[in-house]
Amino acid sequence: MSGLGAVARNAGAGSAEPGSDFGGGPLDPPTVPPAEPPVPPRAVVARAQSPGDRFFRGTTQFFAVLVLVSVFGMLVTLVVGAWPALKTFGLGFLASKEWNPVTERFGALAPLYGTVITSIIALAVGVPVSFGIALVITELAPRWLKRPIGVAIELLAAIPSIIYGMWGLFVFAPVFSAHLQPWLTEHLGSWPMVGALFQGAPMGIGMLTAGLILAIMIIPFMTAVMRDVFETVPPALRESAYALGCTTWEVVWQVVLPYTRVGVIGGIMLGLGRALGETMAVTFVIGNAHDIHLSLFMPGNTISSTLANEFTEAVTPLYTSSLLALGLVLFVLTLVVLVAARLMLMRLRAREGERT
Amino acid sequence: MSVSLHKDSRQLNLLYTKRQLVNRIGLTLSVLATLFGLFWLGWLLWTLFGSGLRWISPRLFVEATPPPGANGGLANAILGSVILTAAGVGMGAPAGILAGTYLAEFGRHSRLGAIVRFVNDILLSAPSIIVGVFVYALVVVRAGHFSGWAGALALALIVLPVVVRTTENMMRLVPDGLREAAAALGAPRWKVTMVVVYRSALPGIMTGVLLAMARVSGETAPLLFTALNNQFWSTDMSRPFPNLPAVIFQFAMSPYDDWQHLAWAGALLITVTILVINIVARFLLRRTRSN
Repeated sequence: MSGLGAVARNAGAGSAEPGSDFGGGPLDPPTVPPAEPPVPPRAVVARAQSPGDRFFRGTTQFFAVLVLVSVFGMLVTLVVGAWPALKTFGLGFLASKEWNPVTERFGALAPLYGTVITSIIALAVGVPVSFGIALVITELAPRWLKRPIGVAIELLAAIPSIIYGMWGLFVFAPVFSAHLQPWLTEHLGSWPMVGALFQGAPMGIGMLTAGLILAIMIIPFMTAVMRDVFETVPPALRESAYALGCTTWEVVWQVVLPYTRVGVIGGIMLGLGRALGETMAVTFVIGNAHDIHLSLFMPGNTISSTLANEFTEAVTPLYTSSLLALGLVLFVLTLVVLVAARLMLMRLRAREGERT
Repeated sequence: MSVSLHKDSRQLNLLYTKRQLVNRIGLTLSVLATLFGLFWLGWLLWTLFGSGLRWISPRLFVEATPPPGANGGLANAILGSVILTAAGVGMGAPAGILAGTYLAEFGRHSRLGAIVRFVNDILLSAPSIIVGVFVYALVVVRAGHFSGWAGALALALIVLPVVVRTTENMMRLVPDGLREAAAALGAPRWKVTMVVVYRSALPGIMTGVLLAMARVSGETAPLLFTALNNQFWSTDMSRPFPNLPAVIFQFAMSPYDDWQHLAWAGALLITVTILVINIVARFLLRRTRSN
């Protein structure tokens, strides 16, 4: 880059100054350019055409495009890899719950079901909790406490997924099966409709455990977004409501939440995106069974845990291709959720832009 | 609320009490939610230190992973993880910084910039296991075997969006007045960026790189079918490569007690490392903001 840099400067200033060196990296201290003869004010024109600028702009643009290419490449690679399976099973791949490596019949329904159900559990638990935490941080906590709470919740996001998995399997699951699961069966098991969800042996592992651990894992992400969007509410709005005699709860529920609704939903979708694709924690605690049960206590499977467990064992091309097809399903699913989330967050930001 | 002035003050009083009650309940639930969140953090860390600290010993850092029943450490896995993380950050961070530079300096209002920004945000939250599958299909299948380079590439793809995002944000914090001042002195655009903008955004950009490093050093899913794992000492990146997360996964799921102890020790090591990196990153960021 240094060579081209010198060229650029020469072209820009219109003076021959060979051999000047701008060092090996972008972060070197600036070298003082030698005194140059005064040049006519054509710097702007010259700069626009300077090869150094063109090179620099081109390089950065190349890497920006690389981001696009890698996401596009993921999609293409997955489609190509999944093609044999999709051709063999057609759309029935999504509808069949059979998963038999011996007879080579594969269907995505069981892992897809597990993915969706665990994510729904995660949202059902995670959303209200995240909302509460965001409310405490933005409205309730004294100034000195806001930062520590925020940092502590963010630490939950820093802990690697595999740690959640180990903790979930060895620590949480035994406690869960000994105390919480029997309680749930006893108190909710006889209810109409929901009762069937809480039947079966309390094994500790299963869909509900996976969903709960997912909830803990996505809380920091949703809290962060909610906190940020809550802070975009103009103080005048909030203070007017307080001045009218609103309670804190009313301010949040009737002023802050309506104002930030799009952003909050965007944050929830981001959390959903995380939950759908989370792998290691789920792999530890879900039980890995290609089955569909109504009861949340039963072991199941998600797309990502199937991939983690079986990818290195897949020996036949069709088996591998079916796993890639599962990956494709997961990717498309998260893509849809994430695109929707980003569009919503962008809409909130755009509205904010209009106001200022 | 001068309720007493009203004729049917009782009804108003009732309304007032109800509103207060709803407020109380709502806020109490919120505080409970916060405690709920903090409770899990406490429990996790408690478990981690409780089950891991006992098994931390000097042997961990000098001996390779043992077969079940034998003595050993995690040294090869630790070294492997350090190399993999360094290679991943080494590939992903420069690419991310340059792409972020494009977004902040050239692509602010361009259509390409908007698209890249959007797609980058998608990549940022895309499941890491998909990245692993992608690299598997792209590299491992073609090469015919698992390799350290494939693992590093997968990590690089996870580093990339984090660094792009933070680099753009940090460079945008640099006031345009600085850029204009440099341009007014006759500096070409590339020089303005390198000498002026990078310099003031450097701590922020480093924070992004550190955060990305923290994120990938615990990543397991993308390594499972790229770098795989290796029981022995290896610095050959073209072969299956030892790494700590995969060892933890394998050992934790095993029925052997001594393997499980090593897994807990490894889990503690990884988490402490990540927390320390996070704290350093936060410290850096704070210093940038206060500057």
